[in-house]
Amino acid sequence: MLARRIIPCLDCDLGVPGGRVVKGIEFKQIRYAGIPWELAGKYYEDGADEIVFLDITASHERRETMTSVIKKTSESVFVPLAVGGGIKSVKEAREVFNAGADKITVNTSALKRPQLITEISDKYGNQAVVLAIDAKRRYNLEDGRVIVQTPEGPCWFECSFYGGREFTGVDAISWARKAVSLGAGEILLTSMDRDGTYDGFDIPLTDAVAKSVRIPVIASGGCASPDHMLEVFQRTDASAALAASIFHFGEWNIADVKRYLKERGVNVRV
Amino acid sequence: MIAIVNYGMGNLFSIYNAMNRVGADPKIVIDPDGLKEADGIVIPGVGAFGSCMDQLSRFEGSLTQSFDEGVPMLGICIGMQVLFEESEENPGARGLGWIKGKVVRLPEGVMIPQMGWNSLTIKRPVEMLDGIYDGDMFYFVHSYYGRPTDRSVIAATTEHGVEVTAAVAKDNLFATQFHPEKSGAKGLRILENFVRFTRC
Repeated sequence: MLARRIIPCLDCDLGVPGGRVVKGIEFKQIRYAGIPWELAGKYYEDGADEIVFLDITASHERRETMTSVIKKTSESVFVPLAVGGGIKSVKEAREVFNAGADKITVNTSALKRPQLITEISDKYGNQAVVLAIDAKRRYNLEDGRVIVQTPEGPCWFECSFYGGREFTGVDAISWARKAVSLGAGEILLTSMDRDGTYDGFDIPLTDAVAKSVRIPVIASGGCASPDHMLEVFQRTDASAALAASIFHFGEWNIADVKRYLKERGVNVRV
Repeated sequence: MIAIVNYGMGNLFSIYNAMNRVGADPKIVIDPDGLKEADGIVIPGVGAFGSCMDQLSRFEGSLTQSFDEGVPMLGICIGMQVLFEESEENPGARGLGWIKGKVVRLPEGVMIPQMGWNSLTIKRPVEMLDGIYDGDMFYFVHSYYGRPTDRSVIAATTEHGVEVTAAVAKDNLFATQFHPEKSGAKGLRILENFVRFTRC
């Protein structure tokens, strides 16, 4: 049986030489966490099942910095690496794959041009394309939306793009389903309501998306403790849980988190 | 020198870096003649069975010769599947046929591709699995798996809807459906075993 994965996420600011890992709160305030390849190396040693790098600056000039970060990382990190941020074409994806990435994540560019998912998956396989969705709860119920029951009342989920700065009007659950038919192999699902809040994952959101698609869903946003991971694994079919701050700022070590989960019956790799 | 066969399918950085890490002297080989001096040969692979075989065909003569001479060989993922005779993925495409049997699709009802960490059941204590125990987890990404006619070549299996062949061993040949180069310390251990084997 496939293990549930624990994935640290490195939000990278590539505007400085070598890049640096930062963490925002509710997609806004920024805190400095470390050097990308060094943190990746530490998380690998601690037992990360995979590592996600997101270029939050996402401009073309900085792609070279990202490829050098991935090259350097892949010399000493032997778990899958996923890379995202500003990838708009197969050509840009190729640069990242050639640097040693196993998967790329797409968000804004795929919302603007869904065909990109098909173009990359045709060339590199479905498993290599992760669709990132930044979803926000909307309580104004409209026709044509997938309505989800939550303790706070029924809502639908709207996709955001440009790193949470703009909204699309697109229904997140419908978009997830469509992306699967276009060739996405995995969904990285971030709750914008929870990201940076330390309130735990958005369980109704994660559950609804995981039930809507037959590809792995990575739960993201709001994780502050192993209990939050336990909750998302017990209450949803999420294949993986992603977190950033709790690992970056030394609150929890990945090995300790995995032991905690295993002791409580979650199938994880320890 | 460990030759990593570059037949144009997928990036070879990971396996190259992993071989470096375990102290091997890896070389990415683009020319069949480059296999002659190899102490060990790695057949990597991503993509589809048929296109892999198309690309690999120019290496077939050299690979067969090395295999017959007893050079240690390691197939990874599609590099394991091409060792079989044929695959449901591309009916009509012929594999290397060093292992009798067919590559078949994972059953309906499970997540396809299988992608993630799954645990091994050791069927046979082969040298290449030194230091690997039942329950150890490895990273898999695949939609098809090899089903050998002679089940005694199976070294390890995993479970994904059905019992899936995870590793085969036959003479100087060892192959894994999972990616040892993406499977952390346990994966590196297998590569280390392979490198040690090439130095015997």
